[in-house]
Amino acid sequence: MAIVYQKSKGLTDAELHYCPGCNHGIVHKLIAEVLEEMGLLDEAIGVCPVGCSVFAYKYFNCDMQEAAHGRAPAVATGIKRTHPTQPVFTYQGDGDLASIGAAEIVHAAMRGEKFTTIFINNAIYGMTGGQMAPTTLIGQKATTCQLGRTKEQAGMPMRVSELLSTLDGCVYAERVCVTDIPHLNKAKKAIRKAFEKQMAGEGFTFVEVLSTCPTNWGMSPLKAKQWLMDNMVPYYPLGVIKETSAEVK
Amino acid sequence: MEKELWKGNEAIAEAAIRAGCDCFFGYPITPQSEVPEYLSLHMPQHGKVFVQAESELAAINMVYGAAGSGMRAMTSSSSPGISLKQEGITYIAAAELPCVIVNCMRGGPGLGTIQPGQGDYFQATRGGGNGDYRTVVLAPSNIQEAVDFVQEAFDIADCYRNPTMVVCDGLIGQMMEPIEWREIPKRDLPPKDWATTGKHGRDHTNIINSLYMDPEECDDHNADLEAKYKLIAEKEVRWDTKDCEDAELVITAYGTPARIALSALEALRAEGIKAGLFRPITLWPYPEKALHDLAGQDHVKAILDVEMSAGGQMIDDVRLAVEGQKPISYLGHAGGVMPTIEEIVESAKKALKEAK
Repeated sequence: MAIVYQKSKGLTDAELHYCPGCNHGIVHKLIAEVLEEMGLLDEAIGVCPVGCSVFAYKYFNCDMQEAAHGRAPAVATGIKRTHPTQPVFTYQGDGDLASIGAAEIVHAAMRGEKFTTIFINNAIYGMTGGQMAPTTLIGQKATTCQLGRTKEQAGMPMRVSELLSTLDGCVYAERVCVTDIPHLNKAKKAIRKAFEKQMAGEGFTFVEVLSTCPTNWGMSPLKAKQWLMDNMVPYYPLGVIKETSAEVK
Repeated sequence: MEKELWKGNEAIAEAAIRAGCDCFFGYPITPQSEVPEYLSLHMPQHGKVFVQAESELAAINMVYGAAGSGMRAMTSSSSPGISLKQEGITYIAAAELPCVIVNCMRGGPGLGTIQPGQGDYFQATRGGGNGDYRTVVLAPSNIQEAVDFVQEAFDIADCYRNPTMVVCDGLIGQMMEPIEWREIPKRDLPPKDWATTGKHGRDHTNIINSLYMDPEECDDHNADLEAKYKLIAEKEVRWDTKDCEDAELVITAYGTPARIALSALEALRAEGIKAGLFRPITLWPYPEKALHDLAGQDHVKAILDVEMSAGGQMIDDVRLAVEGQKPISYLGHAGGVMPTIEEIVESAKKALKEAK
């Protein structure tokens, strides 16, 4: 019988620890498939964050480093500058990247570091128990804004893709989600394009994935998907936020 | 070999290149900025990597990434900047990555002063970051030692997969003096088969990590580190003595104060006072036994610890080593003021008088 689908060689056999309905597993799979399809698994070096995906080093079938909270872009800079021909990526959540690691991601983008960052934006701190993130929406409840985030108290949520797009070193930023098959296919294409641009040496590439956190949002997986489409997508519009063509560059 | 006139910080930077440093990640701070300045020009000329990071935090984490992928990596800073690096240093120690960190110490606390200081002794020797870890700490007292130690530090780091610090006070970084580029003996180093270089056909992934969710595993990891630290303490401890054979008064000092103390010894000997100097070269591991044994000698009547620190920091290690065998007194200044020869002579006489 012909095999029509199988697990990517880019993933190990380790059992994922993620909650039911969480999107991390899907995004891991997409990255793994892209690396496998591009023939990069033997070369790739990944950096994982502190947050729910802290154990990603167990799941990707390539060399991995576990960084301190927020510092993955600095760690990846150290790797990529000394291994300039090899694919390097960071995988980071919104607390890690947009809050404690804001300086590291901005400056990696400013320098045009030639690695790819996959940014999981689920509008909340997952691992530590549902605290407010820089990306938490106005009115959204979290354990550190129990009546809902207010602009007066915490400011407006940060649109990281747009922010990084203002920097010349960032050559590609796209926001995607993985709530259904068409969106998932688009997300995979975006991840592939980011790695292609990295390998062409164009500059810093960034894919923001809007993701669900049913556990900390207090919803069923299906309801969480709908909440993402109804609430996150209007504030965080999907699509290419920035793409600099190689010629223009 | 011919002597060359070098400024301390530039000599330290050149020493790193000669030691085969692959990459340097730094951030400006006085009085160490000549290190990144020199390397920004010279590393690329040698086909090596220089990056000016956005912060000391980023710089030390770039070191983590590069060291974790098998490179000889270095960063340098001065006291407040080293405080910021402590997060990275504990992760580097925990993940057992070799690297070299230079601290060109200034006076503190806080912003303190840009003048020389030694107030980072605790931070360097006690592990300024979280958890149970140690960094090897080498303390040169002149520029010749600084360049020799920086070159050796890379081998020590690689030998034990451990961060190695070279702590100079700002005076060593800022002054100029003649040095020789000596041949530094090379060690037999283990292969870096643990590094994340990309699998390249390897049948397993290499992972650089400091996280152990299972408490038993974390306990075992700490036990392994502890065993390594014991080995380092056995093999790498270093010190120097001057005129201690008959000394009634022993001065303990490292770095620039040790150098000032050498002149004080001459002045004291000229007055017929038998004074000697005990100078730790490794601040961790501390030459505890050597100092203990010296203090136990009958001819030693008193010990005077001299530091560029308000109340003394190394003096805690002196006390631990001496174990109450002889009285210990202290002379020190912080905030960039250096102890003078006259002050040392006076304090030495006083210490001896009180002991007798």
